Amino acid sequence: MSRNLLELQNITKSYDGQLILDDLTLDIHENSFVTFLGPSGCGKTTTLRIIGGFEKPDKGRVLFDGKDITNLPANKRQLNTVFQKYALFPHMSIEENIAFGLRIKNKSESYIKDKIKYALKLVNLDGFEKRSIDSLSGGQQQRIAIARAIVNEPRLLLLDEPLGALDLKLRQEMQYELIRLKNELGITFIYVTHDQEEALTMSDYVVVMNQGYIQQAGSPEQIYNEPENAFVADFIGDSNIVPGVMLEDYLVRIFGAEFKCIDAGFGTNKPVDVVIRPEDVEIVDDDDPRAILHGEMTHIIFKGEIYEMECTTPDGFEWLIHSTELHEPGKKVGLYVKPSNIQIMNKPESEDEEALGVEE
Amino acid sequence: MKNKSSRYLASPYIIWIVGFIVIPLLTIVYYGFTDKSGAFTFSNIAEILVWENYRPLYRSLILSAVSTLVCFLLAYPLAMILRWYKIGRGSIIVFIFILPMWMNSLLRILAWQTLLERKGVINGILTAMHLPEQHLINTTAAVLIGMVYDFLPFMILPLYNALMKIDDNTINAAYDLGASFWQVLTKIMLPLTVPGIVSGVTMVFVPALTTFAISNMLGGGKIYLIGNVIEQEFMQDSDWNQGSGLSLVLMMFVIVSMLIVNHFDDKKDMGRGGVI
Repeated sequence: MSRNLLELQNITKSYDGQLILDDLTLDIHENSFVTFLGPSGCGKTTTLRIIGGFEKPDKGRVLFDGKDITNLPANKRQLNTVFQKYALFPHMSIEENIAFGLRIKNKSESYIKDKIKYALKLVNLDGFEKRSIDSLSGGQQQRIAIARAIVNEPRLLLLDEPLGALDLKLRQEMQYELIRLKNELGITFIYVTHDQEEALTMSDYVVVMNQGYIQQAGSPEQIYNEPENAFVADFIGDSNIVPGVMLEDYLVRIFGAEFKCIDAGFGTNKPVDVVIRPEDVEIVDDDDPRAILHGEMTHIIFKGEIYEMECTTPDGFEWLIHSTELHEPGKKVGLYVKPSNIQIMNKPESEDEEALGVEE
Repeated sequence: MKNKSSRYLASPYIIWIVGFIVIPLLTIVYYGFTDKSGAFTFSNIAEILVWENYRPLYRSLILSAVSTLVCFLLAYPLAMILRWYKIGRGSIIVFIFILPMWMNSLLRILAWQTLLERKGVINGILTAMHLPEQHLINTTAAVLIGMVYDFLPFMILPLYNALMKIDDNTINAAYDLGASFWQVLTKIMLPLTVPGIVSGVTMVFVPALTTFAISNMLGGGKIYLIGNVIEQEFMQDSDWNQGSGLSLVLMMFVIVSMLIVNHFDDKKDMGRGGVI
């Protein structure tokens, strides 16, 4: 693992008596693509603004490359921001927008010219120098905003929901663009989004936030496959979250049926939450020996690449199932889950932790 | 859309424009270019070259330019503060700054007369503090104070509107790219508020250039402006030809100064900072 470029230490911030960030601590490695993911109001944008220098934390420190920058104003920080809705300067041409930071730093005009050309090429907008801002589409404006930031050769680029205003197709295209840019520039990206798919696609490291706390931080695979609590499981993709009892190591009881699993160390007869992804619930014949639970198919929606189906078990729980195979409503089926696809989570213990849980 | 009924709908406005703008203007032009017998002449216009007339015009230009500048220097930081603290349009603070606009202008000047008079409020306070009485009223400074006070809200409002239209992130982006406060002000805020500045300058400069009430009440007839000259031609000398001729000259100065000011306004419409 490479060293830390940015360290957030015990950051606390509140507005009008409302706690936005509560004792947040996080290390960001040099040259990584980190995503802050969470619903609106979770504190992800505030965290970004504190890193960018537009907000001061009430408590805690921000270290950049080992140096305390908590009180350093935004214009003195070695990082740049790509804002939501681009924030281009409307009275300047594209060229002038991109040159803004370089002119402030009194770079020579020939250097600036080369840099503009390089940056426009990097964002696939060669030859756009003289165009006006209003003549650009949303996606192009976003590319200019990125170009304007990266010509300053920041060591850290902050992106605040940069693709939020774009349509789906363009958004997917820009996701690949951003990954490519990140690799070509070799700098650290911190990306803020509420879109879990975006986060999983692009990042090396995902920080899931809710109500001012980091719920879980890890690789996209870790976040998706091993969610640490019900909030993460629910927020990242669809999931079946069911109450269970850990009978002993590697054995969990769900709705009276015993499932083999691969988790251990929870103790015996311990109540837990169990997460099973919809694509991991396998539908088998009712009399198949593998069937652990039995139920009746109730709903079906065709989603394109898969069918989204629901199967109601006798206890009344509706299992969400994704499969390429169609099972008509009314059909009696058996359900089976591979041990490795069962994710066991501790139940929230205190009220405080309960408050972090899933909001319906 | 250009059918007959829509044309009829416009008729009240056309009657208004013709009756209250075009006809009076033509009347002024007629009087301005004729003598008492009705014969065509340039002499009314040429009167401006007389020392007694061009001296007040010159004084008016200087005073209105200075008062516009003072208004701008007071209003811009104020509008920036209002923006900085996110003081919205409906707030009491903005209301207080705009409130004088709804009061009769003469009343506002009368209030200053009471303050500045020889036995007025300010001198009363000075006397009470055993300080020497000051000669305040009937000076150029008094007229300037009157102008600035009277027209300041007309500068604040368009500047405030223009500043409020700038997105926070546009300013944050400039800081993010390394700009200092001064660079943000000169490279981002001032250029983006040009439409508001043009509106504000127009709204202050034109009434200040043509005023006669302020100089009458705070200048005591000693600070003689072009407005006073024209007023005198009409009211005291009953010389409509002379008054109209000088009015036309003044109108030319207004038009020329507006052309100069509007030259700075970008062709691109970035949201004009309207008055209300």
